[in-house]
Amino acid sequence: MTDGVRANSLRNGPDASGHFGDGLGGRFVAETLMPLLLELDEAYKVVKADPAFHKELAFYLKDYVGRPSPLWFAKRLTDELGGAKIYMKREELNHTGSHKLNNVMGQILLARRMGRTRIVAETGAGQHGVATATVCALFGMKCVIYMGATDVERQMPNVFRMKLLGAEVVPVTAGAGTLKDAMNEAMRDWVANISDTYFLVGTVAGPHPYPAMVRDFQSVIGDEVKVQMQEAEGRLPDVIVAAIGGGSNAMGIFHPFLDDPSVRLIGVEAAGHGLDSGKTAASIERGSRGVLHGNRTYLLQDENGQITEAHSISAGLDYPGVGPEHSWLYEIGRAEYVGITDDEALEAFQTCTRAEGIIPALESAHAVAHAVKIAPTLSPETLLVINISGRGDKDIFTVAEHLGVKL
Amino acid sequence: MSRIARRFAALKQEGRGALIPYLEACDPDFQTSLDLLKAMPEAGADLIEIGMPFSDPSADGPVIQLAARRGLKAGATLPRLFGMVKSFREQDNDTPVILMGYLNPIEAYGLDRFCVDASAAGVDGLIIVDMPPEEAGPMQGPAKAAGLDIIRLIAPTTDDNRLKLVLNHASGFVYYVSITGITGTRSASDEDLRAALPRIRAATDLPIAIGFGIRTPEQAASASRIADGAVVASALLATLAKTLDPGEQATPSTLPSVLTQLRELAAAVRG
Repeated sequence: MTDGVRANSLRNGPDASGHFGDGLGGRFVAETLMPLLLELDEAYKVVKADPAFHKELAFYLKDYVGRPSPLWFAKRLTDELGGAKIYMKREELNHTGSHKLNNVMGQILLARRMGRTRIVAETGAGQHGVATATVCALFGMKCVIYMGATDVERQMPNVFRMKLLGAEVVPVTAGAGTLKDAMNEAMRDWVANISDTYFLVGTVAGPHPYPAMVRDFQSVIGDEVKVQMQEAEGRLPDVIVAAIGGGSNAMGIFHPFLDDPSVRLIGVEAAGHGLDSGKTAASIERGSRGVLHGNRTYLLQDENGQITEAHSISAGLDYPGVGPEHSWLYEIGRAEYVGITDDEALEAFQTCTRAEGIIPALESAHAVAHAVKIAPTLSPETLLVINISGRGDKDIFTVAEHLGVKL
Repeated sequence: MSRIARRFAALKQEGRGALIPYLEACDPDFQTSLDLLKAMPEAGADLIEIGMPFSDPSADGPVIQLAARRGLKAGATLPRLFGMVKSFREQDNDTPVILMGYLNPIEAYGLDRFCVDASAAGVDGLIIVDMPPEEAGPMQGPAKAAGLDIIRLIAPTTDDNRLKLVLNHASGFVYYVSITGITGTRSASDEDLRAALPRIRAATDLPIAIGFGIRTPEQAASASRIADGAVVASALLATLAKTLDPGEQATPSTLPSVLTQLRELAAAVRG
């Protein structure tokens, strides 16, 4: 996970107190949780340096998750767009249908080593919830998933899946009933049940060490792309495009390339009805620095510092914040951040499905949409990788509704 | 000597602990919360905590969450909150006022400007739930310059090594979060409190107030004896919420109900 990191590397962050750059990240939580975060930090440092842990994780990633995921040359889409050579990193082929299981597998093994018996997690679209419920079934752990009531409604198949897996799904009615509110509720559960409970965070946000730890577990994506692109083309990719809600799939594919300046990294935020519509989830492009859910990062907020509701057609991107490392990469200019609207994502969802026979998650469709936009402007020598972070089966009801089709 | 130090010193003379009630700014509207604030000292408040409403109070239980939501709906902002304290100070220059809340609205307002304006309005101390000592650096200077105490939180999970770190730079008083959990849920037993206090006493000379889960006059009396003060929040807010009409507006019974409960708590604390 850490091989190849140099002294002056962009990959060395965060510092010991969990900060990226000028005060981003950190640990902004109630005192009750501070000792637990310090304990988690220590426990993670230990397993990070333990070859036996890596061996165990590698075993589960290969035989249970189904890694490595293929790097697919999307020839039909490439021909259709007439520009950059498009590759797709097939995270949707992982067990449970998204990249989420990479991180969840790492954290559940850590939680077991820490002697915890009960897992709480937050989920938006349900991908992280399903992944968490899956490993809890695998290892016989008690599992409680907090999910916004609105998301429970729009992601019924995933709710049913989690229940089948033995998880308790708790609908959260506070706020708009989306991911932000589920995150608050999961933190409340954790603070009330610290003795046996592990909080399994699903994205590269939250208090230190979560942003760094989730990133490390997701970096398997970028590590594989590096090897696979070398095999396919004999060199590094030129452009990597990935969707950003909290930003875990993007951080996972970006991170191994941070020290390769020739590789353009593009994070695609959900612009919702449009970046300036007021109904958006583009925290970097339309937000500002603030403190929420244990870290300082870019947030959608009003002038009084009250957090505003995010909007996206994709429940997985519908979050008013973003991981602090993304905020840092944005501030130092190492990664670019752009917005894709609901309509553009819906269009790309269909394009990808028809051209490649791959139904992407609505989250991933945002990345596809931006690739579709820029590919024709790039030369045929350009190697562009889209991270297909999840599969779209869960989204067909949303898509059908928007297309006016009754299922 | 600060208002907080003066008040605790006076109570020590009296031989009793402090009763510290909590109200949420603009809950359910500006005038009602201002009237409540102004009536609290006469009803027995020794210090007063005012909640600064935040959209995402992740350490708070349902009662305070709803109060914050009502406050925001009624237009709570920091300038209005400072206006409340200023108006209170016109009649009461002795009762310490502590603001409790989360960091983001304060950062949005600007740390320096916040401390200057809070102090000018007559605020004495700050409790910032999601600002542990490790992240308090930027706030330290402005708060000190403005004469504001940053009141440190100690939890049952805070071990002895950490206790030293938390108490470093602490001033005003120390707030002991008596349970691992959110506000307004379960309560610590007297035995738990009696076991916890000597450890904190040994580490600081500051007064110690106990909060989280103190609901009844008996609990308030006991906590104020075991420590130096008892904070009552959710129980008062729950009473207030019960008096509101279906549109969540204040009714004629709102103030009397909360103040009656406060008097009962105060009587018990005064034993």
